[in-house]
Amino acid sequence: MTTGGDGGPAARERTYRDTPVRRMLAFARNTWRGLTSMRVALILLFLLALAAFPGAVLPQRMVDDSAVSRYIDDYGWWGRLLDRLQFFDVYGSVWFSAIYLLLLVSLVGCLVPRSAEYVRSMRAKPVLTPRNLARMPHHRAGELRADPDSVIARAHDRLARWRRVERTEQDGARTISAERGYLRETGNLVFHFALLGLIIAFAVGHMYKYEGQVIVHADGSEFCNSGIYAFDTFNAGLNVDGTGLTPFCVRVNDFEADYLPNGQPDNYRADIEYQSGDDLRDGTWRPYDLQVNHPLRTEGDRVYLLGHGFAPEFTVTFPDGQQRTKATQWRPNDQVTLLSDGATKFDPPGVTDAAERRSSQIAITGLFAPTAHFNGKILTSSAPDLEDPAVAVDVMRGDLGIDSGYGQSIFEIDEKMVEQDRLERVARENLRVGEEIELDDGTRISFDGVQRWASLQVSHDPTQGWVLAFAIVMLVGLAASLIVKRRRLWIRVSPSGDGGAGSLVHVGGLARTDQAGYGEEFTRLAADLLEDTGGERDARNGSERNRS
Amino acid sequence: MPVNATLSQLSDWSYGSAAAIYLLAMILFLVEQAFGRKGREAAERAGAGRDGSAVAAAGGGEPPEGPASTTASTAATMAASAAESRRRGRAERFGSMGVAVMVLGMLLHLAALVFRGWSTGRAPWGNMYEFLMVLCFAAVVTWLVVISRHAVRHLSVFVLLPVVLLLFLGGTLLYSTAVPVQPALQSYWLVIHVSTVAAASGVFLVPGVASVLYLFHSAHQRDPARFASLVRRLPSKEQLDRVAYRVTVFAFPVFTFGVIAGAIWAESAWGRFWGWDPKETVAFITWVIYAAYLHARATAGWRGDRAAMINIAGFAVVVFNLFFINLVVAGLHSYAQVD
Ligand code: HEM
Repeated sequence: MTTGGDGGPAARERTYRDTPVRRMLAFARNTWRGLTSMRVALILLFLLALAAFPGAVLPQRMVDDSAVSRYIDDYGWWGRLLDRLQFFDVYGSVWFSAIYLLLLVSLVGCLVPRSAEYVRSMRAKPVLTPRNLARMPHHRAGELRADPDSVIARAHDRLARWRRVERTEQDGARTISAERGYLRETGNLVFHFALLGLIIAFAVGHMYKYEGQVIVHADGSEFCNSGIYAFDTFNAGLNVDGTGLTPFCVRVNDFEADYLPNGQPDNYRADIEYQSGDDLRDGTWRPYDLQVNHPLRTEGDRVYLLGHGFAPEFTVTFPDGQQRTKATQWRPNDQVTLLSDGATKFDPPGVTDAAERRSSQIAITGLFAPTAHFNGKILTSSAPDLEDPAVAVDVMRGDLGIDSGYGQSIFEIDEKMVEQDRLERVARENLRVGEEIELDDGTRISFDGVQRWASLQVSHDPTQGWVLAFAIVMLVGLAASLIVKRRRLWIRVSPSGDGGAGSLVHVGGLARTDQAGYGEEFTRLAADLLEDTGGERDARNGSERNRS
Repeated sequence: MPVNATLSQLSDWSYGSAAAIYLLAMILFLVEQAFGRKGREAAERAGAGRDGSAVAAAGGGEPPEGPASTTASTAATMAASAAESRRRGRAERFGSMGVAVMVLGMLLHLAALVFRGWSTGRAPWGNMYEFLMVLCFAAVVTWLVVISRHAVRHLSVFVLLPVVLLLFLGGTLLYSTAVPVQPALQSYWLVIHVSTVAAASGVFLVPGVASVLYLFHSAHQRDPARFASLVRRLPSKEQLDRVAYRVTVFAFPVFTFGVIAGAIWAESAWGRFWGWDPKETVAFITWVIYAAYLHARATAGWRGDRAAMINIAGFAVVVFNLFFINLVVAGLHSYAQVD
């Protein structure tokens, strides 16, 4: 403020009126200044690290929804409180977003003035040579027989790759100011801009990406990426409504899994065919060997092999002789042995009366083991490979509740139907392939064999290429900004000796960033600059001078 | 590919011997640390000439033709006298023996890695035991490079202590027999991603240790009664800070690269390049903390103690990621294979 002590309150009033608008402006200005200061950026970085932390130790909805439900059930009010505070959606939470948005603003606010400053400094000439070079962290001096002109000329040669400017001082001394390592600041700015780009591309990707999972039987079954309904589960960004998915189809012909003797999986592969683009019109199928780590990339989308499992095949022969065969996928409930559970459901054929139908539906539910091992009558699996498959099943008859209008899991029967006695267990048996059960009404159920299924994921993320590009640019910028050293060198040459034929030379150096490491380079440079290349005559003069 | 049992046995033996030899090196360094104060100070003075202000000493013994600046000649004599006293100090000799022994340990350590990789026919960093082996190896190599450039050899005990501790934990609690890796890990990205992340993590150990020592120094300055005997044997704060900074600045881009490589791999193995899996999350946190460290060193009021604390926090998070996330939290990275 400029007001002196002599002006009365009225005078002060005139020069600085404390209106609400001004106060708000001042507040905005101070907030902006604060936000774009290094200190605040630093604090925001900390907060970001801190805020990301709960996501590493608490289950997250976007990663594992059921783990979150379990956690909330286990921890009661504490779990519900955490849920209310968005601790199970950390990366979409209000507080996490707030921090990273503030950091983004701070980054922009920091980059704009720094870019302007950068342009200015790229145009500016290296600074004046300090009066006393002996005070610089690096300094060498010497007296040469060569005359100042040739020393200066040689210095220009030696410093060819430095940005430099030559000046003549009042007393006739000639100086060169040289500076090098501008790439450091360039790299730093490139790094921060690329970081900005990366964050934006990442955020945009989140709006437009989707992921869908689907189970496909490995018997030549097909799946088409035609809409959300084609998937078992589908997760999408806010701007995806499920229409306009890239059309393509995949057919799974076979699935193979290799295991080591100890049961550890060694390789999974699905033999698939696919069609996309023009192939859809002319019906061409192209083969592809789909493996873990080796997704199918087509039309900007990717298809992954996520997992696999078994579908036991059952045939029900109804009392009237009609047969129905089904292989419904069962889900592995042990990832090591692939012991699976599930429910294969049948409608009696040819029954039109709804009530009668609802009393004679059949479900086969229980466990499936690819390599059976019996503890007494209890079935477990001793290995994931399909060596000796067996099932331990309950056969349920009655109303499956499929017509109730509620969707139900394909892996389970509706337990409510059992509780209400509308679905009843009519047999419990262990079966190997080829064995069968006969029910009281003459219905026969046989375990025919096993099919495999593969679970596929379709992923779509239009900005991931951008994210990668920004990441690479960021890395390059970072390397430049950390490796390159900004450094200055000055040389002052004044005439010396008889009639000014020789030169008195001072060389000074200063590393503008980290000091370490400049030493060797400076020593080398200074030694070159101080090397005496004077001619014969000069040499004689020189020795005379040394003697005196 | 079947595992070659002889080679994996050789690997285990090399591992054990390496750890034992590091222990021996530690004892030698401890002798130097305890009795070698005089020699150390001399070495420090010479070291200041190497990367500090009296640059000319590094320019070689040959004096310039013309009348050289006085700093150059004094530094040269200083270096000469330092070399002399170094030759004399008996404790110093223990120190140089320690380095030789440490190099031997490093070679055995390397052999353990090579045999492990050879026996399984894959890169030897597929589970937690192997990861830890690579991490410690990187820390040892980093330290050997650091002591060749900075006069901090007598601090080797402080670096070897955590290394030996980690190797011990790895060899006992986390040990797993040599086996091939599962399908998700069968990718050349295993080689690129895991090696860079493990190496960077190991390199981060060195600045972490330097920063801890830095804080002891500061505590002593605030209250001279505290840690006096320890701090008497430490190099200057500037020296510690410089070691911490230079090593961090090397490790940070390597770590960044490792994380990016991990994201590229995740894109082809798990169907997305980033999914906030616990391990990814903690890698992100580590990255942000080291970025904060670099900013702190460029911000008034944050240099010194605070920067050192941030650096320590960075390494603490690396260790947390290794132990807690692998052993306690389940995630996609559950390849630790600890029985
Ligand atoms: C998303 C947040 C940010 C991240 C992850 C980040 C990361 C980094 C990294 C890794 C460096 C090291 C490069 C080097 O030392 O040259 C750096 C340097 C730097 N950053 Fe940032 N930065 C962020 C935001 C900001 C903001 C908001 C500002 C301005 C207030 C800023 C100003 C600087 C400056 C001036 C340097 C150079 C420091 C030096 O010379 O060592 N950064 N940043």
